[in-house]
Amino acid sequence: MIEFLSRVFGKDNTSKDVAKERLRLVLVHDRANVSPQMLHSLKADMIKVISKYMEIDEEALEVNLNSEDSQVALVANIPIKKMKRASND
Amino acid sequence: MGEVIVVTSGKGGVGKTTTTANIGTGLAALGHKVVLVDADIGLRNLDVVLGLENRIVYDIVDATSGNCRLRQAIIRDKHLEGLHLLPAAQTKDKTAVSTDQMEELCDELKREFEYVLVDCPAGIEQGFKNAIAGADKSIVVTTPEVSAVRDADRIIGLLEAAELRDPKLVINRLRVRMVKAGDMMSIDDMLDILAIDLLGVVPEDDQVVISTNKGEPVVVDEKSLSGQAYRNIVKRIKGEDVPLMDMDNDSGLITTLRRLIGLK
Repeated sequence: MIEFLSRVFGKDNTSKDVAKERLRLVLVHDRANVSPQMLHSLKADMIKVISKYMEIDEEALEVNLNSEDSQVALVANIPIKKMKRASND
Repeated sequence: MGEVIVVTSGKGGVGKTTTTANIGTGLAALGHKVVLVDADIGLRNLDVVLGLENRIVYDIVDATSGNCRLRQAIIRDKHLEGLHLLPAAQTKDKTAVSTDQMEELCDELKREFEYVLVDCPAGIEQGFKNAIAGADKSIVVTTPEVSAVRDADRIIGLLEAAELRDPKLVINRLRVRMVKAGDMMSIDDMLDILAIDLLGVVPEDDQVVISTNKGEPVVVDEKSLSGQAYRNIVKRIKGEDVPLMDMDNDSGLITTLRRLIGLK
């Protein structure tokens, strides 16, 4: 019903928009030749580095390539559990 | 000297063979001397789409391996004088013809024919590499689906890496009503994503199935919408500037459609 209404009112979530968006993302990966393994080890390295400074939720961490207006961006969503207390003085 | 055009897609089942058959038949109907080469060795199909399956004696592997002369392997069409087929072998596999042999074959064929159309197998392996080896130009066929467009993108990359610059896109089986309802990617959506030139758009049409059943490419059917679409593609290959046609007869929709197909 919501889908129908939003269609009637011209919202941007017709199934072809979903298709186009999925295609766009999958092609960013295909074209950049970024393998899931590579993203995985990038993720592991990021966790290692960031964990030195703050406590992060490793399970919820997301790293993805994104494309907007012909630019490709690496988008990382890193939830912080808590900041580490300064201990260096 | 003729030109060699390879018809590719990456994904299977999007209409490479149908496209090859229709473009070839359309060119021959305009009086050109054309040969269609079925490079899908092991999965011979172009012969049945053209209705020539009962006339095969020798095939492409016989011709390239010296088992017969090239001339003996080429079949002449029943109806159109200029139309010829070099059939694939059905019992061999994709490695039965090498890229060097394919290049030689194409060179020889284009000395005699104005257009040499190569029907490429699906996939990106040896069969694909062989099929594009002797090509001067390329056509990429896709349907408005995520999987087909994704594979088309991959093929475009591989064609460009093989120095086959500027491939042209054929969008097959477009359903205008679904596009209008926002349930199928539009021509513009696909051009936006693939960023190559459009050669033509063929609407989904029952007549294609009916024609293929009979072994008579739909391009010679004056009444069908898909036939018209293929005739337009043929003219564009010849260098004519043909606008995209309206793919729906409902007059109330025409404005919307014109916008959808980029005329307005």
